[in-house]
Amino acid sequence: MRHVMSVLVQNKPGVLSRVTGLVSRRGFNIDSLSVAPTEDPTKSRITAVVEAEDVAYEQITKQLNKLVCVHKITDLTEDEAIERELVLFRVAVEPERRSEVIEIANVFRAKIVDVGHKSLTIEATGTQSKLAGLEELLKPYNLAEITRTGVTAITRSAK
Amino acid sequence: MTGAQAVIASLQAAGVEYVFGYPGGQAVKLFDALFESDITFILSRHEQAAVHEADGYARVTGKPGVVLVTSGPGATNTVTGIATAYMDSVPLVVITAQVPTTVIGTDSFQEADIFGVTLPVVKHSYLLREARELPETFAEAFHVASTGRPGPVLIDVPSDVAGQELEFTWPETVNIPSYKPTVKGNAKQVRKAAALIGEARKPLVIAGGGVVSANASEALAALVDTMQIPVVCTLMGKTALPSAHPLNLGHVGMHGSKYANEAIAQCDLLICVGTHLSDRVTGRIAHFAERARVIHIDIDPAEIGKVLPADVPIVGDVAGVLADIVEALSAQKAQPQSKDWLAELAEWKERWPFYSTAVEEGRTGIIPEDVVMELSRQLAGTRSIVTTEVGQHQMWAAQFMERETPRSFITSGGLGTMGFGFPAALGASLANPDDQVVCIAGDGSLQMNIQEMATALEAGANVKVLLMNNSALGMVHQWQTLFNNKRFMATEFSANPDFVALAAAYGWQAARVEDPSSVAAAIETMLAAEGCYLLDVVIPRDANVYPMVPPGGATADAVGAIDLAVGAVRLGLERHEVRQVGEVNEEGEGGL
Repeated sequence: MRHVMSVLVQNKPGVLSRVTGLVSRRGFNIDSLSVAPTEDPTKSRITAVVEAEDVAYEQITKQLNKLVCVHKITDLTEDEAIERELVLFRVAVEPERRSEVIEIANVFRAKIVDVGHKSLTIEATGTQSKLAGLEELLKPYNLAEITRTGVTAITRSAK
Repeated sequence: MTGAQAVIASLQAAGVEYVFGYPGGQAVKLFDALFESDITFILSRHEQAAVHEADGYARVTGKPGVVLVTSGPGATNTVTGIATAYMDSVPLVVITAQVPTTVIGTDSFQEADIFGVTLPVVKHSYLLREARELPETFAEAFHVASTGRPGPVLIDVPSDVAGQELEFTWPETVNIPSYKPTVKGNAKQVRKAAALIGEARKPLVIAGGGVVSANASEALAALVDTMQIPVVCTLMGKTALPSAHPLNLGHVGMHGSKYANEAIAQCDLLICVGTHLSDRVTGRIAHFAERARVIHIDIDPAEIGKVLPADVPIVGDVAGVLADIVEALSAQKAQPQSKDWLAELAEWKERWPFYSTAVEEGRTGIIPEDVVMELSRQLAGTRSIVTTEVGQHQMWAAQFMERETPRSFITSGGLGTMGFGFPAALGASLANPDDQVVCIAGDGSLQMNIQEMATALEAGANVKVLLMNNSALGMVHQWQTLFNNKRFMATEFSANPDFVALAAAYGWQAARVEDPSSVAAAIETMLAAEGCYLLDVVIPRDANVYPMVPPGGATADAVGAIDLAVGAVRLGLERHEVRQVGEVNEEGEGGL
């Protein structure tokens, strides 16, 4: 099962390799990863997507919790979380079909952030399924390069 | 003061008596700062041994062992020692010198990323960037190493940081917001555990190293005495209860007694205390304690449910939790109901002894089990510490060495590090100079750190080495005998040194014994000797450790147990010889 694991850690050198090293050492693959400091500059947040059965996932989180540098781990897989990812698409589309690509981008509320002679670059944010949908539609227009940030997530505010 | 002086001032503030290690270029400032301190420095002959020495000191005292080495190879040589301590949850503070911060990352002379290399085998680690971080870092390191589940902590000190000036103030308290081990067991879980214990007919405790490291032996004795619960001990938990305690069934697992393993198979309630349930203990996990409900008590939440699901998990300090359970049992006026169970166990103990002279008839040469039993008899009633190396002799020691007090049996359980036992004995002896310290060694293991004979003499340690010498790597030799059709690949030494002459060259006293009838007198002479002494006991190569649960097998598959009900024979040896090591069993679990 896919888990979005949000790990609040000390903002110190070596912490990222400690966390990712432990996950891979226990036999799990990290599908995506995003890291940055939080509102408190002494802390960083690591958001990692891992594929693991529930019992195995519990073992990873227990092992991570043992690390002196880990403050807290939250599973943001549930519906109570907002998940986003940012993707940049370079589309090597011929000038005469550019307008079609721009139209698709608009439907997905994506932005054109760079235009050149041979290609244009689209910036899109959203859930992984929305971005997968956009990618699917852009494929016929010669999708030359894709780069993504990995998922980040936050709990929904209490209603 | 300088960073180097602050390192030593920190060690003094933390109450350190001994530092084990080895100097080198980048560590010069640190060693210079030691010159004026009252800390005793023990100069090993190899950094790995220095860590084992600090480890032996830590295991017998419960206080963190401290190591100081130089950068590069000095640091990488500590890795096996650190991993050994990590697997057995031993508190260590390992200080490695590092090249100056200005050249870190440039492949400078004697540079190694020891912080990166040791990440998987430390509880925590630090790379110092500035001298002003130093006092807090050291205070944290000692705190982290010795609280919660203990473990090794590494501090990498670049040589320019050692030269920087700082104002030294030792922090009175340590507060790490992200590190708060749970000490007090959950009250509801404690009551649930007490309820299960109250109604159990066939309860059993499996005691691990956590009982020893938490100083919980009295609390454990209080529980099992009150409720008449028998106890089996893992290798690391050997001194959790005195060997002579009537409820102690002793060693369990791969080379445990048939009655101890059978007790696990038949119990209706298994209380796991401070054990990570190693595969060497459980055998094939699917058949481990199949009839039992499980209570699991550990300071480390990650150990609970890791290999065996627990009906009642309790995270906390095992001494406190055991005391809480006793209190809850008394509140519910629980009475022991284990009379029939204990009677059954007593019968099994008679029927399946570890040892029977009748079975040993016809064996020639010195019988290794006899040697260990003789040492055990001669040490009985004295203050003594026994350490072991790793292999057959270690298992015979686990089976036959009687121990009375906690922390008096020191062995590398988790990592199984050959070369550990002798330096560990040295550290133990420095910590307890009045105790008789004996290392039971094999000739393979001893040669992995034999150079420490010089260290021992220099340090004025009083260490005895009982060398069980079969000129072979006995345990692997045994596997080859049982599972590889006696194809002895790389397990027989043809050019061992003359250990008596070698010991003498190091300035040790030494003797060799080859005649079974001289063993007792030889051990007596060894124990009576002042100072270091090696006794080379020549044993046959073909001696095997029994019983043995075949690797990957269930404990019920053990071979080689003595069954007096069918005559004095060892069970199941023929049927087993064909099974190959590494074979995958029907549940798809790997062999080794």
